[in-house]
Amino acid sequence: MLRADGITVAYGRQRVLRGADLEVVPGVVTGLAGPSGCGKSTLARVLALMLRPDAGSLSMDGTEIHRWRHRAARDLRTRVALIFQQPRLAVDPRLTLREIAEEPFHATGRPVEDLTDDVGLTPELLTRRPHEVSDGQLQRACVARALALKPRYVICDEMTTMLDASTQAHLVARLETYRKETGAGILAITHDEELLTRWTEPSGGPTVRMS
Amino acid sequence: MTSSLTVHDLSVRFHLPGATVHAVSEASFEVRQGECLALVGESGCGKSVMAHALMGLLPGNATVSGSAWLRTEGAQPLDLIAAPEKVLARTVRGRRIGLVPQSPASHLTPVRTARAQLTEALRELGSQASADELAGRAGLDPAQLDRYPHQLSGGMAQRVVNAIALAGDPWLIVADEPTSGLDRPLVEATMAELRRLADDGRAVLLITHDLRAAEQVADHIAVMYASRVVSHAPAAEFFAGPRHPYAAGLLEALPSRSFVPISGRPPELTDLPSGCAFRPRCDRSTAACSDLPKAGPVACHHPLEHHVAR
Ligand SMILES: Nc1ncnc2c1ncn2[C@@H]1O[C@H](COP(=O)(O)OP(=O)(O)O)[C@@H](O)[C@H]1O
Ligand code: SF4
Ligand SMILES: [Mg+2]
Repeated sequence: MLRADGITVAYGRQRVLRGADLEVVPGVVTGLAGPSGCGKSTLARVLALMLRPDAGSLSMDGTEIHRWRHRAARDLRTRVALIFQQPRLAVDPRLTLREIAEEPFHATGRPVEDLTDDVGLTPELLTRRPHEVSDGQLQRACVARALALKPRYVICDEMTTMLDASTQAHLVARLETYRKETGAGILAITHDEELLTRWTEPSGGPTVRMS
Repeated sequence: MTSSLTVHDLSVRFHLPGATVHAVSEASFEVRQGECLALVGESGCGKSVMAHALMGLLPGNATVSGSAWLRTEGAQPLDLIAAPEKVLARTVRGRRIGLVPQSPASHLTPVRTARAQLTEALRELGSQASADELAGRAGLDPAQLDRYPHQLSGGMAQRVVNAIALAGDPWLIVADEPTSGLDRPLVEATMAELRRLADDGRAVLLITHDLRAAEQVADHIAVMYASRVVSHAPAAEFFAGPRHPYAAGLLEALPSRSFVPISGRPPELTDLPSGCAFRPRCDRSTAACSDLPKAGPVACHHPLEHHVAR
């Protein structure tokens, strides 16, 4: 279980999170809802070990987290993946889609596996760079990248807000397949109540509401 | 006479080394004063290129054919495709057609008040109107103009960018993905604003990937797939049951419906299949579909029957 207790984060003098608690349980989809600006994305970054909170504690499968970002143990860092709302801001514009999807293998020195087929990218698309593809195509590559190292937890932060209905349904279905295959815990962050219901219902996961 | 925009057989090609992108192919539609037309379709299908073609804002590697007649009350009709850049810059952009940008937050300068930004837009267009009048046009309380962008709610910020788009009193508003990345309450506020502009007698061309947003505001829905307009219908008819198989699949993919994606993926615009471009993904396709279906309200050889209204 990925468990956050009393997480507090301030940017400068502005406090964006005050004592937030959340549990992401393996095998189910946990929903996280709340209006824009309430700190969902900040909490997502704490959970993905990308942002050290000012107060509170985080534990992963019973291990207390003390280090964040590049100082976190690699084994813990790769156990959780984060997918962002805006794929364009989340990739290196100089890389091809294939390089983006395969980045985690190179970063960890693990043998490269082909994982792009099941997110729906053709070999030709994989040779293109971000500015030559649509948001939907780029997000598919980001989903492939997120699942590359078989994370036990996947945090999806408004992953489909920029995408059309069919691409949205496709990527959510991909994550559901992954969850069922691996027993991973998914955190679905969205302000879209209809999407939240459809996504959390099959696994019977809870929805946490922030305000 | 009501003012209108009539697009006929509009095509846009981009020439890349070794490939040609078919970004818009033989698109035809019309928007009139008092109406909102939503152009929907998945990302990359050619919606923004279409908008840029109408505004004369395409890059140098593009070629355009077809026509887009802008008929403005009290003015000579103008073909936006044939018109020289000078004419578009002086008489069209900002004056007859206003562009609502993608995200209000990133469009406003943080260190200047709303009033300063409106005044500048008015000055650039040489308009005699005052910032207060302009605020009224966009449904803003003039008292709020002295705020800085960070002091405005999302809905208010949206009205400020709408006011800027309205500075030259254009009768046609083109809004390209105005809600991208906004949360639901803000999407709804933005759509309500666009509806108000149409009800005020302007014409609104809304470009979006968000069917629910389109449902809230549009009188007509045009669906683009792989560079073509494949379906064009009154909104009520469309949401009761689209007749084009792609349009039906897109609607069914919504979480409020069956949440099932359309199988397969859209074709490359550099390498379109002959005939109907939806053929590889369509469960109704037959041999007939290797001929291009005729453009029209339903560009399909085997349209679905009208669903019974629920
Ligand atoms: N300057 C350009 N050169 C080459 N191809 C382009 C250019 N601009 C857009 N395209 C291509 O035109 C197609 C339509 O793009 P676009 O209109 O932006 O799609 P949408 O707005 O529907 O998401 C895409 O395949 C895109 O890659
Ligand atoms: S023309 Fe044929 S392939 Fe195309 S949408 Fe209609 S039935 Fe399907
Ligand atoms: Mg676009």
